[in-house]
Amino acid sequence: MSEHLPIHLRRLEAEAIHIMREVAAEFRNPVMLYSIGKDSSVMLHVALKAFHPAVPPFPLLHVDTTWKFREMIAFRDAAAKRAGMELIVHVNEDGVRRGISPVASGSSVHTQVMKTEGLRQALDKYGYDAAFGGARRDEEKSRAKERIFSHRSATHAWDPRNQRPELWNVFNTRIRPGESMRVFPLSNWTELDVWDYIRFENIEVVPLYFAKERPVVTRDGSLIMVDDERLPLDPGEAPRLERVRFRTLGCYPLTGAIHSDAASLDEMIAEMRASTTSERQGRLIDSDEAGSMEKKKREGYF
Amino acid sequence: MSHDEALQRPTLRFLTCGSVDDGKSTLIGRLLYEQNSIFDDQLSALEKDSRKHGTVGDDIDFALLVDGLEAEREQGITIDVAYRYFSTPRRAFIVADTPGHEQFTRNMATGASNADLAILLVDARKGLLTQTRRHAFIVSLLDIRHVILAVNKIDLVDYDEAVFTAITRDFGALAEQLAFKTVTAVPLSARYGDNMSEPSARMPWYTGGTLLQHLESADVDEDRRDKPFRLPVQWINRPNLDFRGFCGTIASGTVRPGDRIAVAGSGQTATVARIVAPEGDRASARAGDAVTLTLTEEIDIARGDVLAAAAERPPVADQFAAHVIWMSDEKLLPGRSYLMKIAARVVPVTVTDLKHRVDINNLEQLAAKTLGLNEIGVCNIATSVPIAFDSYTDNKTTGAFILIDRTTNATAGAGLIDFALRRATNIHRQDMAVGKAARAAQKHQKPAILWFTGLSGAGKSTVANLVETKLHARGVHTVMLDGDNVRHGLNKDLGFTDADRVENVRRVGEVAKLMTEAGLVVLCSFISPFAAERRLVRELVEPGEFLEIFVDAPIEACIARDPKGLYRRALAGEIKNFTGVSQSYESPENPELRLEAGVTPPETLADEVIAHLQAQGFIARF
Repeated sequence: MSEHLPIHLRRLEAEAIHIMREVAAEFRNPVMLYSIGKDSSVMLHVALKAFHPAVPPFPLLHVDTTWKFREMIAFRDAAAKRAGMELIVHVNEDGVRRGISPVASGSSVHTQVMKTEGLRQALDKYGYDAAFGGARRDEEKSRAKERIFSHRSATHAWDPRNQRPELWNVFNTRIRPGESMRVFPLSNWTELDVWDYIRFENIEVVPLYFAKERPVVTRDGSLIMVDDERLPLDPGEAPRLERVRFRTLGCYPLTGAIHSDAASLDEMIAEMRASTTSERQGRLIDSDEAGSMEKKKREGYF
Repeated sequence: MSHDEALQRPTLRFLTCGSVDDGKSTLIGRLLYEQNSIFDDQLSALEKDSRKHGTVGDDIDFALLVDGLEAEREQGITIDVAYRYFSTPRRAFIVADTPGHEQFTRNMATGASNADLAILLVDARKGLLTQTRRHAFIVSLLDIRHVILAVNKIDLVDYDEAVFTAITRDFGALAEQLAFKTVTAVPLSARYGDNMSEPSARMPWYTGGTLLQHLESADVDEDRRDKPFRLPVQWINRPNLDFRGFCGTIASGTVRPGDRIAVAGSGQTATVARIVAPEGDRASARAGDAVTLTLTEEIDIARGDVLAAAAERPPVADQFAAHVIWMSDEKLLPGRSYLMKIAARVVPVTVTDLKHRVDINNLEQLAAKTLGLNEIGVCNIATSVPIAFDSYTDNKTTGAFILIDRTTNATAGAGLIDFALRRATNIHRQDMAVGKAARAAQKHQKPAILWFTGLSGAGKSTVANLVETKLHARGVHTVMLDGDNVRHGLNKDLGFTDADRVENVRRVGEVAKLMTEAGLVVLCSFISPFAAERRLVRELVEPGEFLEIFVDAPIEACIARDPKGLYRRALAGEIKNFTGVSQSYESPENPELRLEAGVTPPETLADEVIAHLQAQGFIARF
């Protein structure tokens, strides 16, 4: 725990540490889902503190859709090395063979195959019985009711009507063979808490969160960064260089940038406090229809 | 106040509760809206949703923002606990939105378990309802000391002061029976924003402050720091042979290097050497901090132990009285084995005595044999090993537990410890000069329980009788406990409800255990429909001594045989709670022996049992 942290963040950190230690103690084969974003960076940082001076007793797992920003992949490898933890990267090779991509298949199929199915494949392949995720309850409506320890059937399904009540900080970790638990240590953090914590603890994050001139095109009203040659351009279209940053990071063709001059953490936090849009607004996968996140979760999306 | 200053204040966790349609979700939605915690894109989705599902015409239906899951939106009720986050320049808040529907008491208790303050909503037109009393009782039971009584929909009674005064007075009378530290009443309209964050011009008679002001200023820092040090050990950190750290979250008190601590269970004491942190050792740590301690002396400490101030240790006992809130469709059954998780410890327990159920409408004590979903009772609980704990009112961490169903793994109940039962410490086991092994050796045999389970008419007693005859012929000392016979004597006070069946098997198990102490081979022939009780008996005796023999005959075969004419009567509705007809039978998943009792003659089945006993070395081969 950190003495220099404000009491509010200290309590959130302590809660996350408590959750991680419960998982380490009570599960046979836990894993930490590492998605490279700011929430994953915080989760990894807290894990290192929870088990210091030992290394956390679980590996990191990244389900790679093959469409992440190049800067994310470089950051991922460096972060795992710094942490001294094993990093497992899983790609849904079947999806790759089928030519699934956000461009050709659309966001919904791409996410279902490369993310949701990819994750299920990885969890089955390595036999993990608990997986940490960096999701927060303030992100989206159906997340607000998610448990910290979220029980999944042997087919990874989530049943919102049959969740275990969660009282105090006493977590029921018991599962049958084949079943698993998704665990969200940052459940009670808000987006602002995450950034404040990153600032107080000097945590490195992917530079894409900070404003810089980047090549972008407009797709369905969103600013999409042209990260490599796989993004098809209209005849005669050329990417524009604009000063943008990202509030949330996913597959680059599905992640909208925002115009910004916030090049430092302090500037960015100030900008966010004045913001009038929510962070998932840049996520194209949520806007399909209301309740779309809940549908994805029932199918096993994180 | 700047952003950083705001973060110096502790977060307020509060819950909102009230009856259906009292406007809880609207109140939270309004708070979020007024604190700019609803973003533009969420607001436009909300406006769209309001037109589709909303119940307030063209206005924005704030409740829709809070009711998250699709199914709920369709039904128009909140069916779960939802957590919401907002902050003002003065404070950060976490809101638990809990349901008003009476069948969802368990969700309310869940939300209340992590709250420091409760907003109780009352509809100004309706006044206090039965649900209001229930919610107030649960809030008090879970030891939330601060309550705001929000008299909502005051616009619908023309902002009438007399209505507000009457409701406040009624609540005052109710609160006298409960353990609140502060009660604050606010007249408001969540829909129109009166007295939410701004004082209402339509109620000049009220000058007591807005809802938000009370939330911002509530002093809920019930200081756990002044209480004795308690650290439930979650994890032992051993990166190498030179380092042994004890990790956990401090439940109460403070700790410094040099402090004398005791392991509550074993009584061993030691001195705190370091409070280890990545950025350097700390000089002290306090309640709420997640720490890693090292000790000067090497003593035996495992996950689940409670480290305590050496001078102020918690009680250690294996029996205590507790309030239990039942959260499962499967009833609580005294005598059945559950797993109890208390802090970092998991132990098997049984409810030895259900003293009474509490009627949460009027706090009356009612006689009860079981607890159903959403019922609250006071019981005595026995743990399989002594554990350290505090009473819940002294410590919400070391005094709270959950009960887990051993078959389904569901969280079946939540408990709050009242006090240790002295009985546990006063009855000491009598050491016996002649032991079980000596008694068995004199008979040249190995004691065992042969537990025949299966449907009525499966042939349990027939097979058991044949087996006993064969054992007797070989000179094995045996005894037979038969379901029907036991009910004429030892268990003649028991019927056939789930609760009585559990107690029936528990008593038989204890008797069978005494018989194994005598060195006997005990044959038990009982339907024993529940896996949990069969496991309970298994755990009473030494590993390997309990042999579960599943006499497996299809229900159709049993009905066709119907040796006592019971199925005919059960199917005609003349016998209630008949296993296989109106009560379920949980087939053993891993019995030591499964007998195909549908077609195979009993004589052959008995030989199978004898062969198994030979193979396992219980009886000699000839």
